[in-house]
Amino acid sequence: MATQAERLTDIGPPDFRQFLHPLIKKNYGQWRYHEILAPGVLCHVAESGDRLYTVRAGWPRLVGLASVRLMADLAEKYSSGYLRFTSRNNVEFLLADPQNIEPLKQELAAAGFPVGGTQNSISNIVHTQGWVHCHSSATDASGIVKAVMDRLCDQFTEQKLPGKLRIALACCLNMCGAVHCSDIAILGIHRRAPRVQHDTLRKLCEIPNVISSCPTGAIRSATVDGQPSVEVIEEQCMFCANCYTVCPSMPLNDPENDGLSIWVGGKVSNARSAPRFSKLAIPFIPNNPPRWPEVVEAVANIVDVYARNARKFERVGDWIERIGWPRFFELTGIPFTRYHIDDFRYAGQTYARSTHIRY
Amino acid sequence: MPDDNKKTPLLDELEKGPWPSFVKEIKSAAESEPMAADLLGQLELSYQEKISHWKHGGIVGVMGYGGGVIGRYSDVPEKFPNVAHFHTMRVNMPSGWFYTSEVLRKICDIWERHGSGLFNFHGSTGDIILLGTRTDQLEPTFQELTHLGFDLGGSGSVMRSPSACVGQARCEWACYDTMDLCNEITHTYQDELHRPPFPYKFKFKFSGCPNDCVASIARADLSIIGTWKDDIQQDNAAIAEYAAAGVDIQKDVCDHCPTKCMEWDGKKLKIQNRECVRCMHCINVLPKALRPGKEKGAVVLIGAKAPILQGALLSSVLIPFVPADELLETLKELVSRIWDFWGEYGNNRERVGELIQRVGMATFLDAIGLDPVPEMISAPRDNPYIFFKKEDAEAAGDGNGAAAQR
Repeated sequence: MATQAERLTDIGPPDFRQFLHPLIKKNYGQWRYHEILAPGVLCHVAESGDRLYTVRAGWPRLVGLASVRLMADLAEKYSSGYLRFTSRNNVEFLLADPQNIEPLKQELAAAGFPVGGTQNSISNIVHTQGWVHCHSSATDASGIVKAVMDRLCDQFTEQKLPGKLRIALACCLNMCGAVHCSDIAILGIHRRAPRVQHDTLRKLCEIPNVISSCPTGAIRSATVDGQPSVEVIEEQCMFCANCYTVCPSMPLNDPENDGLSIWVGGKVSNARSAPRFSKLAIPFIPNNPPRWPEVVEAVANIVDVYARNARKFERVGDWIERIGWPRFFELTGIPFTRYHIDDFRYAGQTYARSTHIRY
Repeated sequence: MPDDNKKTPLLDELEKGPWPSFVKEIKSAAESEPMAADLLGQLELSYQEKISHWKHGGIVGVMGYGGGVIGRYSDVPEKFPNVAHFHTMRVNMPSGWFYTSEVLRKICDIWERHGSGLFNFHGSTGDIILLGTRTDQLEPTFQELTHLGFDLGGSGSVMRSPSACVGQARCEWACYDTMDLCNEITHTYQDELHRPPFPYKFKFKFSGCPNDCVASIARADLSIIGTWKDDIQQDNAAIAEYAAAGVDIQKDVCDHCPTKCMEWDGKKLKIQNRECVRCMHCINVLPKALRPGKEKGAVVLIGAKAPILQGALLSSVLIPFVPADELLETLKELVSRIWDFWGEYGNNRERVGELIQRVGMATFLDAIGLDPVPEMISAPRDNPYIFFKKEDAEAAGDGNGAAAQR
């Protein structure tokens, strides 16, 4: 190993140019158009006439050395050692020779990595850490993603949906995965107010910080056993867990009351309609590891109903906007409840303020 | 007891099915690494009990940095001693997530020597996540990484690792060089990335076109989204080829145009470019025939965030168009003004978007020295509660508020 006498800091990430395929270096900024040759296979054509082929495969976001080294092996065998990853945790091999597409696809399939995720498919689910590595998670992330993608795998390897469908999962409201603009979002939620641990709170937390962390003013100072602490006005708590983030003595995690909510109709792209937030479809589904069948069914049902009813190019949100929310709840069979009506900051923006009603 | 710890009947269920299994990944790592074995055991316990077994936070890091490492400790260390400390290192990815097999192998070798052998490729913000190691391994891992040319990414109240779409490396729609700009910004603000100077996190995301493949408008405090000013480049012969090949130009293209700015008479597509909002639909459907114009640049938008604390926000327009070759200098000047104001007036854990909600966009524009333009709004205000400035009212003898039109 090289001598490491010199301690380097603040060097920043390596320059990406050293990792670019020669065809990309040559045609950088000079691409003319692209075609999708098959699900998961792209061909980009440059002004020079050069063609670059991309093979896209899904893999778990959580991977071990063996799989990373396998991808390196495959890249050396088929794509001159060049590969990249997408913003949705897919791996992409960059090929100069189209002869390599099929053997690469076969090796990926044999190793258990499906090829797809392009155009009107369900691409890989972006997600958070869950019980694998997070203290505030209301659920696991990787396990639900695995179970949902097992069910929807064919939608990854085919392009048969009316439009793109993007699913994301965040294991609590902190939303490290920023799921709030997804066609379908799976969001872990808490439903119990924090249980104040008075004995540790005085040692670990600054009381004014804890009080000011609450967006609804539900936390106030209190004297407990003659010592300064805080109390929670439970009716005012909406279980955001921001107090827990600033103070470990305010845990909300609760095996029986934590679970999942499902949100629909968000998008990020500006294509056709403007980007928008996902809206609540199902307020609560209990945690049911290891395979969360109720969550899987709920997501699969929404995908099925969308696939059968949406028009070409419509994203989930575009489709719902056309048919209206009452019809969405009717078609999916999801019960509409008081929890679907917003009561936070900008609540009025989602109230129906016209007589435009479909009967 | 060790045997009990190794049995994972619940997680074993997640080895089944067609989608690649993270449980197989952890098990494979566990063959040679006790940390991975205990991670599996603790995760099985979480699956049994339906609750996380990680303790709240913990301040650890490498010398001289205030971020880049997420401290994590097990709350059942007696059962799973090898994950008693299980800290995550965020490693700043190269722009566009491009790698060679050679450099991936070297990263693997480093992590095999010092950590669990588990990764996220990649974390939500885009970093390579080295998932789990002990405190005493942080500094040696960091040293080896920097000698390979990699540095840590951001965590806490810092500039988080900026991310970029594939851009001009492999996309004909990229209206500026997203990867280069991302790389430049990341290198310019290394101090802000490694040593928390802000009220809360600050994210840059660089998308080359309005399709926004890095979700910039939903997730970045400063969203830089490529667009163009002049006419869509149009190849009429290629449009005719699409039509001949069966694409219904009227139904699949014109009817979906949000401003109905295009007409198809069966032979020629006529686009009223003045009405076009650059949504990308027609270009997405006809990539061989239509392309963004030649006068390229980006829209700069500000303030997106997830719900914590006052509710989720999408970014809103701050500068409607910056030419591609002026982006770097414009952004540097802009963020110095934004960070000054936010640093002075932002509350603890208040993202810049929430600060703007609190003080008002007009006040924010005054503070950073930008003039208001109508592209910033979807509509003018519909309430009459206008905070007229005293000096404007006094100067407005002509009734028009002349001073307000500065």
